[in-house]
Amino acid sequence: MTAKKIVRVAGAQGFWGDWLEAPRRQAEGGPVDYLMLDYLAEVTMSILQKQKERDPAAGYAKDFVGAMESVLGGVAERGIKVIANAGGVNPEACAAAVLEMARARGAAGKLRVGVVTGDNLLPRIDELLASGHALKNMETGEPLSIVRDRVIAANAYIGSVPIVEALAKGANVVITGRSTDTALTMAPLRYEFGWGATDWNKLAAGIIAGHIIECGAQCSGGNCLYEWRSIENLADVGYPIVEAQADGTFVVTKHPNTGGRVSVQTVTEQLVYEMGDPHAYITPDVVADFTSIHLEPDGTNRVRVFGIEGKPATDKLKVSIAYRSGYKAVGSLVYAWPDALEKAQLADRVLRERLDRLGLHFEHVLSEFVGANATHGPLAGAEAGRHAPEVQYRIGVRDADRKKVERFTREIVPLVLNGPPSVTGFAGGRPKTEEIVAYWPALVDKTVVETRVTVLE
Amino acid sequence: MKVRLLDIAHARSGDKGDTANVGLIALRPEWYATLAKYVTRDRVAAHFTGVITGGVERYELPNLRALNFLLHGALDGGGTLSLKTDAQGKVFSTALLRMVVEIPDEEAVALGLPRATDIS
Repeated sequence: MTAKKIVRVAGAQGFWGDWLEAPRRQAEGGPVDYLMLDYLAEVTMSILQKQKERDPAAGYAKDFVGAMESVLGGVAERGIKVIANAGGVNPEACAAAVLEMARARGAAGKLRVGVVTGDNLLPRIDELLASGHALKNMETGEPLSIVRDRVIAANAYIGSVPIVEALAKGANVVITGRSTDTALTMAPLRYEFGWGATDWNKLAAGIIAGHIIECGAQCSGGNCLYEWRSIENLADVGYPIVEAQADGTFVVTKHPNTGGRVSVQTVTEQLVYEMGDPHAYITPDVVADFTSIHLEPDGTNRVRVFGIEGKPATDKLKVSIAYRSGYKAVGSLVYAWPDALEKAQLADRVLRERLDRLGLHFEHVLSEFVGANATHGPLAGAEAGRHAPEVQYRIGVRDADRKKVERFTREIVPLVLNGPPSVTGFAGGRPKTEEIVAYWPALVDKTVVETRVTVLE
Repeated sequence: MKVRLLDIAHARSGDKGDTANVGLIALRPEWYATLAKYVTRDRVAAHFTGVITGGVERYELPNLRALNFLLHGALDGGGTLSLKTDAQGKVFSTALLRMVVEIPDEEAVALGLPRATDIS
């Protein structure tokens, strides 16, 4: 009798900016079949689009090239495969950079890089609007036409199909653009176990496995509130690994001799993270039901996940659209004991009066007093911060007019010499004015998005 | 008897646009029924009065011994528009755990629920 086939997918990045050590630790700390690296948050595509406008060879998550370098031995010599949405708005350039790195490291011919494209709808927006796709904002119902001239990126969230295709074509590295985070984990399971397009329960299990590990260590002890003091050795935190079987059941675990913790509580905290309606977690491949998930301990740092149910996918894809939406700046000063909060509050009144006299009225102004009300507002109670050793005064403005926001940034530092006393923390000088790129979620018919897969060596 | 959610639940929160979600998880499996019974949509909406500008939705996940709350208008516009320190709603979790619910003594004692002390 042969042992049941197990496929191990290791979460190695939970966002662009995650721990640089994680991919190498996942590749070297024990057996894994796939490394899954998630780089894209809602706003990332627009940042990458801006970079590509300045440099046609940019527009992807550059960290990924270093990550690939750190796991090159495992991929080239031990058969580990890598799935990443590092391609951003330029998956071809990302693939070229990875192949160039491999050549420079003497591993030419060891990588077969599958590139998934077709998610970028920016060049097709006018065509889509003209043919009756309103790309209405899912939250407000407004048609895209009202911000059309300010749109800088538009990408459909694509599912597992093109990633499975790339693996079937022999890729050992798959680079996508705006693929869903969860598809990066589900696709290799679907490929390995041959799950069909209507195996709803298994596809849903793969998606939920993906949801659990897509934020890296956030399911293995990181950011875990439950008994947080007793979570050992976060300095060496183990990133999560899914050990999946053909029937869709899986175990969440981490490499031996790593810190952190995998328990029913750490996994549950990640399951509810960014949750909407738990009955309908909609993805391009399947609608997963979070009320069907069952968890049970399976030994130290092991949690078994089973019972997951899925429903047929919808005929739509979500589209992530980014558009320019004015400017903002946030500045801060620190006031010290005694009466730190009162001093900070006086500074706020003085600054607002000066802005008023300058005739500067903004679309939005927000003052916070860090140490008193910045995180929980009035829930912290009337006495909060009253006796704090220091309070940070933090004020932000937002407006369509860049000049007004720029003028605001010059009004904060003067308070150090001409406002309330016991003030410090101005070493950064004037705050920076930032252009706001806002997010416009929409739906589009699946039939209009055609993905393509190319394998490069 | 007054019981503070911090003493009977743990939580994690996140964002979707201008909505924060808070997943509230019973510290012990047998306490889930208490959460389901007493942490109602209306009570959570009242708790967040003056903190959020929109409504509250509530979902039950008995399989995970958890409730999920969607707090609309919680993030000052959300995402890149927000000027808040907590633009991504990461700490609405513990803001909900500040909530105190009144539970009949007999029921609370039978379940071993800790009495809230030092409520500020």
